[in-house]
Amino acid sequence: MTEFWNWWVIIIVVINILGCWALLHWTRKIKGAKEGETTGHVYDGIEEYNNPLPRWWLNMFYISLIFSIGYLVLYPGLGNFAGTLSWSQENQHAAEVAQAKKTYQPLFEKYANTPIEELAKIKQATEMGKRIFVNTCFGCHGSDARGNPGYPNLADKDWLWGGSPAQIKQSIVTGRRGAMPPFGSVLSDEQVDGLVQYIGQLSGHTVDEEVAKTGKAVFDAQCFVCHGQDAKGNIALGAPNLTDDIWLYKGTAAEIAKTIRQGRNGEMPAHAERLGEARSHLVTAYVYSLSNQ
Amino acid sequence: MAKSKRNATDVIDLYAKQDKIYPRQVHGLFARLRILSVLALLGFYYLAPWFTWNEKQAILLDLPARQFHLFGVTFWPQDFIYLTLLLVICAVGLFLFTAIAGRLWCGYACPQTVWTETFMWIEQFVEGDRNKRMRLDKKQWGAEKILRKTVKHALWISFALFTGYTFVGYFTPIRELWDGILTLSLGPWEWFWIGLYSLATYGNAGHLREQVCLHMCPYARFQSAMFDPDTLIISYDEQRGENRGRRKKSSDYKSQGLGDCIDCKQCVHVCPTGIDIRDGLQYECIACAACVDVCENVMSQMGYPKGLIKYTTEHSELGKPTKFLRARTLLYTTLFVSLISIFIYLVASRTPLDVNVIRDRNNLFTETFSGDIENTYQLKVLNMSQTSNEYTLSLSGVEGASIIGKTRFSLSAGEVLTLPLRVRAPRDKLTRRSNDIFFKINQVGLQQQRHTSKAKFLGPAR
Repeated sequence: MTEFWNWWVIIIVVINILGCWALLHWTRKIKGAKEGETTGHVYDGIEEYNNPLPRWWLNMFYISLIFSIGYLVLYPGLGNFAGTLSWSQENQHAAEVAQAKKTYQPLFEKYANTPIEELAKIKQATEMGKRIFVNTCFGCHGSDARGNPGYPNLADKDWLWGGSPAQIKQSIVTGRRGAMPPFGSVLSDEQVDGLVQYIGQLSGHTVDEEVAKTGKAVFDAQCFVCHGQDAKGNIALGAPNLTDDIWLYKGTAAEIAKTIRQGRNGEMPAHAERLGEARSHLVTAYVYSLSNQ
Repeated sequence: MAKSKRNATDVIDLYAKQDKIYPRQVHGLFARLRILSVLALLGFYYLAPWFTWNEKQAILLDLPARQFHLFGVTFWPQDFIYLTLLLVICAVGLFLFTAIAGRLWCGYACPQTVWTETFMWIEQFVEGDRNKRMRLDKKQWGAEKILRKTVKHALWISFALFTGYTFVGYFTPIRELWDGILTLSLGPWEWFWIGLYSLATYGNAGHLREQVCLHMCPYARFQSAMFDPDTLIISYDEQRGENRGRRKKSSDYKSQGLGDCIDCKQCVHVCPTGIDIRDGLQYECIACAACVDVCENVMSQMGYPKGLIKYTTEHSELGKPTKFLRARTLLYTTLFVSLISIFIYLVASRTPLDVNVIRDRNNLFTETFSGDIENTYQLKVLNMSQTSNEYTLSLSGVEGASIIGKTRFSLSAGEVLTLPLRVRAPRDKLTRRSNDIFFKINQVGLQQQRHTSKAKFLGPAR
């Protein structure tokens, strides 16, 4: 607050307290009334009798005035004066966050040194991991971890970057970045069609075998670099297995052709800062437990 | 009303120290009814926390855990509607009883009356009746006065402390609380609440007394809105009583122009709010009927007929018949009975299960390779009962829809389970973009305990 507003607030607050006191004092007694039954006040023909309120009632008013002074000494209220308790919303929030950390952190820490494989069998640990998952990961992978187009299913046995506990944890903590380069300017339409047929064949779909053969030639010349000779993918690059009929970006012929022509970019953001070590450990255990029960 | 010091310039102080009221002890029918009421109500209050049910405290309002345990049933914050309804029933009940019998509540059942009555018994026991008490208060401080006052306040404070302890015993297991007091190991809040409720009991029942009814109670101020000429009131029969005056017992008072009132002022002396009932119906009157009891005694001693001060109605006083069945009472009774029926039905048909269905919003729907439509949900299921149960989950509302995920699960008492699952439905069965879908949860072994939650299942435009 600037100096002006500081004094503006202080003066109004002080005038209010003094004003309340003055009002009480002013209305406490009435002069000039004749000794008798009524106070002399008449409203629409209704006379006010002198039925005094109890004295303690008046004292309550004075006590609340004293209370307000005590409050203004202890808590912020008088302009820029912070109060002797130096209370603030930020402090209170920080204290509550610290208190919550103190309460919950030991629960997370309890499992920090348990190996993931064991943790995945402990119900309390996986339930905790699940709650972190449905709060943090559901946006992309879905609440049930079965993925959405572009975001992999974590409940099956197919892994882009490997399904061992260490690999899953690395994906969560440091993130992953997968890139399928665009081949639209390199390959002809016939070659793309051939590839689509060949890839469909790898996943066990019925295709035009002649066309698929031309696709295999292209695959062996270009695609094997990342996806491997046997098309089973490469977890070092996050290159998917193309033989299991599991599709990150939908499995229709048109979508596969689009992937080949335009390429794809997938990113799993790093969660080291957001979750921290202990909670990442628990989420890893939960994700691991989904496909290793 | 109290007289404030008024000097020659006629300055009136609008606030005055209130005169202390010394009610005389009274015996009679209504006093006995009040004693019964006090014993029943306070007996329940002090004993109820000690009852056990299924090896747990029968009534335990566990605020930190947000669970009310009442005779083997646990109520959760989700059940607050029942408490709301119960309070509405209490309010309508108060209206009904007020319309029929006036301030029945004030005279016999209000905590202020009940505890004040108990405190007055203690006072009577230590300091004696009205005259003795007044004499004692006027006396100089001496050994007897110090002794009697000390004993009275010590008894009051002990009783108040026990009241505060019992009150907190409804919120913290009362046996553990006792151990905690003996070992001085209670938390600061338990000490605070015991202290506050003890202080409130001591202050209200020992010192404030009628001040609460006259200056603090809202019911005292609005109860007159429920009154009509057929409502029971306590009234002095002015026709019969006036002119009041003293007389010899066997004298022919009627020839002296006197009525039945002998102006003994007993009705004023027994009044806990310090009014004279002969001035007519006043808002200060809490309808305790102490004046009725005492006047009956006086009338029978004088050999006069009873009922100079009695329960009556305005219509009856005017010589007209009193109508118990009238629009007001019929309306209140109908409301009262139907609300109670609704309450009983709701509590009896309550499913101790809370289910929240949260649809994943980031992705409207997912299309599978085979063209089926999928929506993903989180179910939060809370077992509100006191036992571990097994549940099954099923769907309805969307034809051909199936659940991918767990459909059978168990929950221990009070456990919340997050159940992520996916629902898949064939595309050609979806008639709209937004379809109602119902998740049904059945407790295994209990067919009637079914909980249904409605949610949306989204699909593509057709």
